Amino acid sequence: MIRVRNLVKKFDKLTAVDDVSFDVEAGEIFAFLGPNGAGKTTTIKMLTTLLHPTSGTIELDGLDPQTHQHQARQRFGIVFQDPSLDGDLTAWENLQIHAVLYHVPGKIARQRAEELLKLFELWERRNDLVKKFSGGMKRRLEIARGFLHTPRILFLDEPTLGLDPQSRNQLWTHVKGVNEAEKVTVFLTTHYMDEADRVAHRIGVIDHGKLVAQGTPQEIKERTNTQSLEDAFLALTGSTIREESAGAADQMRQFARMWSKR
Amino acid sequence: MKVIYVLWLREVKRYLRSRVQIIASLGNPILYLLVLGFGLGPVFKRAGNGDYLQFIAPGIIGMSILFTSIFSGIGLLWDRQFGFLKEMLVAPVSRMQIMIGRTLGGSTVAVIQGLLITAVCLGAGFRPTHWTAIPLALGFMVLIAINFAALGMAIGSGLQDMQGFQLIMNFLVMPIYFLSGALFRLDDTKSVLKLITRVDPLSYGIDGMRNAFGNPNVTFDPRYDTLILGVVGLAFIVFGAYRFSKIEA
Repeated sequence: MIRVRNLVKKFDKLTAVDDVSFDVEAGEIFAFLGPNGAGKTTTIKMLTTLLHPTSGTIELDGLDPQTHQHQARQRFGIVFQDPSLDGDLTAWENLQIHAVLYHVPGKIARQRAEELLKLFELWERRNDLVKKFSGGMKRRLEIARGFLHTPRILFLDEPTLGLDPQSRNQLWTHVKGVNEAEKVTVFLTTHYMDEADRVAHRIGVIDHGKLVAQGTPQEIKERTNTQSLEDAFLALTGSTIREESAGAADQMRQFARMWSKR
Repeated sequence: MKVIYVLWLREVKRYLRSRVQIIASLGNPILYLLVLGFGLGPVFKRAGNGDYLQFIAPGIIGMSILFTSIFSGIGLLWDRQFGFLKEMLVAPVSRMQIMIGRTLGGSTVAVIQGLLITAVCLGAGFRPTHWTAIPLALGFMVLIAINFAALGMAIGSGLQDMQGFQLIMNFLVMPIYFLSGALFRLDDTKSVLKLITRVDPLSYGIDGMRNAFGNPNVTFDPRYDTLILGVVGLAFIVFGAYRFSKIEA
């Protein structure tokens, strides 16, 4: 379903993604793990047409996202690291705008929005403004929205960041549910190793832009001779803390935290 | 077409739902109207230019349209990182449609805001020479709104952080307002100032409104105002669309 060969992305002197190749099969849940600044988000951005690779090839469902941008976009859904819902609209309106953007016919859109809202336990709150939702509810709504146009692939970039264990658990139950029911391929990144271990069929570990390991969670643990995925991850990537200089986005995130009432 | 419509509708809905903000946004123009209109009125009259309130009302209306429309575009900065824009940028629709939907939405909101201020001005004692002036002035409001919503899109597409926002505010938006002839007669300006006021598109918008409202202190022919606003507006739309197409999320 996803086929990546020798993918490279350079920003000026920095090589963010360095010769990465991997395959994700249809219907698979693939977790992409790595320390901060390892190249996870950059890879997702290239997979989702937001960035152009410096070199290498990507195939999504047989399509090159560079030459067939719209067709590729129609085939995937994405949940970003930062929220992308419109807080001044209701949950229902957010879904309906998404349906128009993805050319889903009105009747099907309404049916599917109802199904998904019920599945993600948001149906009762469909006419409430999204800004009144809790962090977990917003995340669920975003994931439901990602599924609305029945994509073949769903990208989730750190979807559980900042959620409590209950919300995280519930979120993954739903994602797994849809993955099994609709055979949607899921490509996710997370910093919670226990999640990856529980949810993912296969895992890729990236560090300094290079893919250092891939396989099932079991295989990775066996290869590194460790008991937990967390230990395996540390064995693969070392225990040095990656100091990232704060970019413009981080500064704005800080600003957002200052102003949001939490 | 449907994409443009829903994006337009989104902007309008968001505006109509933010009642508190609507009221708050009336504060600034009312302050200008009262302080300048009634405070500087006698000086203006002594200079032999007639009633200052009648003179600045179109200026204040222009100001609120300028701010509302340009902010709708500059808001891209925020929307791109934390908002709905990111969702739109990965959707299988062309950037052009998104840009047009948003520009039209922002302009509509700005025009509604302008009409509200017009009502406030009427309440404060502003009187057009004839009531038919209102639809004519509305035309100029639409032109001003589209011009600056598109300019805002062009700027917002390139902004990277909040400091850039401050810079734009102090070195572009405020000068556009103060040098537009909103507060003083363009005819009285000399040399460099005269040149700058002639480059400022808002000058023609406000002059156009004064023409429509029948104020004697006008500088240009209303057809000339319309022509300039039309040409500059078109250029801003092309520029905005180009810059918007270059956004890397």
